Amino acid sequence: MNAETLAPLRLALVGNPNCGKTALFNQLTGSRQKVANYAGVTVERKEGRLRGPSGRSYAVLDLPGAYSLNAASLDEAVARDVIRGCYPGEAAPDALVCVMDATNLRLHLRFALELRELGKPMIVAVNMMDAARRRGIGIDLVELERLLGVPVVETVAVRRHGARALVERIERMAEALHAPTQRLGKGADLHAETRRLLAATVRMPARTARIDDALDRWLLHPLFGLLALAMVMFLIFQAVYAWATPLMDLIDAGTAWLGETVGAVLPEGPLSSLLVDGIIAGVGGVIVFLPQILILFAFILALEESGYLPRAAFLLDRMMASAGLSGRSFIPLLSSFACAIPGIMATRSIQDPRDRLATILVAPLMTCSARLPVYALLIGAFIPQKTVWGVFNRQGLVLFGLYAAGVASALLVSWVMKQWRRDKGEHALLLELPSYRVPHARDLLIGLWERAMIFLKRVGGIILALTVLLWVLLYFPNGGADVTQSLAGRIGQALSVVFAPVGFNWQICIALIPGLAAREVAVSSLATVYALSTADDTAAAQALAPLINDGWSLATALSLLVWYIYAPMCISTLATIKRETNSWKQMAGATGYLFALAYAAAFATYQVAVLLGAG
Amino acid sequence: MRLAELPRRVPGIVASVEDQGPNDSIARRLRELGFVAGEQVEVVAVGPMGSEPILVQVGFTRFALRRAEAARVRLLDGAGA
Ligand SMILES: Nc1nc2c(ncn2[C@@H]2O[C@H](COP(=O)(O)OP(=O)(O)OP(=O)(O)O)[C@@H](O)[C@H]2O)c(=O)[nH]1
Ligand SMILES: [Mg+2]
Repeated sequence: MNAETLAPLRLALVGNPNCGKTALFNQLTGSRQKVANYAGVTVERKEGRLRGPSGRSYAVLDLPGAYSLNAASLDEAVARDVIRGCYPGEAAPDALVCVMDATNLRLHLRFALELRELGKPMIVAVNMMDAARRRGIGIDLVELERLLGVPVVETVAVRRHGARALVERIERMAEALHAPTQRLGKGADLHAETRRLLAATVRMPARTARIDDALDRWLLHPLFGLLALAMVMFLIFQAVYAWATPLMDLIDAGTAWLGETVGAVLPEGPLSSLLVDGIIAGVGGVIVFLPQILILFAFILALEESGYLPRAAFLLDRMMASAGLSGRSFIPLLSSFACAIPGIMATRSIQDPRDRLATILVAPLMTCSARLPVYALLIGAFIPQKTVWGVFNRQGLVLFGLYAAGVASALLVSWVMKQWRRDKGEHALLLELPSYRVPHARDLLIGLWERAMIFLKRVGGIILALTVLLWVLLYFPNGGADVTQSLAGRIGQALSVVFAPVGFNWQICIALIPGLAAREVAVSSLATVYALSTADDTAAAQALAPLINDGWSLATALSLLVWYIYAPMCISTLATIKRETNSWKQMAGATGYLFALAYAAAFATYQVAVLLGAG
Repeated sequence: MRLAELPRRVPGIVASVEDQGPNDSIARRLRELGFVAGEQVEVVAVGPMGSEPILVQVGFTRFALRRAEAARVRLLDGAGA
């Protein structure tokens, strides 16, 4: 029979967390799933296709990591269910590829033995052989294969062709699938067997890498560790401002030039207005924040790969626990700085259901990157650029303050929830700290490129569409003559009755609505509203910041900034909360409390600012 | 002695992990992670606030545990060398 006509063999990548399953999956299938240096990166099953040199094709499943088949968290349960064949809508895999970290065999071999007991065809991939060699770890793979009774190959998932031996073994296994030739039987002592295998096949000069010991001595030091953590966080916010400015000025100038040129070439009318006031002003107003978003992501990506994040979780665990969270909440919450949706997904790795729920509910308080344009616009317009105390950029300080306010609110909210629950039960931590790794420049650049593409696709898709829609509502029925009489203008004015106590004018109210679908659209909407409102053409081509600086009081700007700390308006986040908690009640609760907080905080800010004379 | 009481950088040997209450999933998980009789353990760092959590080296791996979790691990007496 021709190999290509066979039904594809289904292979599942299984193993302990952080052993390189996803890196291997990407290598085998050419996918680009997220790889990072901490336990619990993958929380869903992912499928890809591998075509072997023989032409045979395989369905490869990437699974979340698990320490054992007795699942202790939701991500582990996904792995267990897929392996056992009880995952809804999915047949059991035909064979397992058990991935092990060569530097961590005491732990990983035990799980391999547990998997072997399932009696499924299995290949063992001893991954991270490069790191093992560097540490002088010797592994007798031939002997290990003989003792385990399953094929054993070495892989380096992060090197080109690092999985070639694995593909060869997969092809050979596909010819004739058979169960492992050895089994221990029920109730056997897997630890004893692990020790026997280690003694027979592994030479380990030291139990830990020397560099890990040295770094941990400082980075986990009660005093220096916290100082270092504060420095890292602070540096990020300084960099987002200080490094991005030149690029942003360039994009701003480009947008203005394009607007002027197009405005000069086209005759006055709806088309010119749509292009200049709608698309160029609106979309340009958002694109300008790409440099800042990329700098933020560069730091997040580097931190994720370095192995530092679980250390930060270790340092902060006690504080987070007293606020009703756990150190395990740290990484999901940090991911929420990029976007709350992956952050909420990442909570699957939190074992304790109460900690998980608390983390999900406060994740939207972490300032996501879609809110960065709003902050950046308002800070740029209202806070003068200045150096304080010799080194700090004042705009960076304010940005840091806004992020900090979000974090403080999250801690407060979870603390209140904890009091509410009156829960005295024990919460487990059990968090593995991985080896440190130096991030590869190439992976960072690819990661940034992907983020840039995601952002630009959003700009070209939903943001563009909403901007055009808003332009239509603003331009008609009276042809852009008087924006206050347009459809959107009337909606905005009706809403501004509700929002007058927090200081929002009707322009802001208009911008809040499309911001429900994508927060950045609030910025592009403001740009479009103001571009249409200004009659004279040179002003329309101006950047948005000076326009709102003229039009708004400082109190209004501060109130809007504070509003966006809580900003409950992101439909996809709410949908994710619904899906992950499987409860409409939790979703409604989250929406309600975020809205109430946003309104109350903006109200307080506005009124105080007006009292202080900033009205 | 228990793991929660082990001073920093002093090796100890695990005697057993005790269940707290029936069906103690934390105890089971500790055993799966390698806290089994005869295994060498060492506290390599403690958290900055209230010395919580603690970082424990077991096998080739480091785990952060809260003291309540570490209290389930009984160590051999006098095997502190
Ligand atoms: N040096 C080296 N690093 C590797 C290798 N394979 C993976 N890594 C690194 O190991 C870390 C974990 O890789 P992942 O592929 O995310 O691991 P995973 O098993 O999918 O992790 P979970 O999804 O959390 O279970 C990342 O930092 C990778 O860059 C390897 O062969 N050599
Ligand atoms: Mg993974």
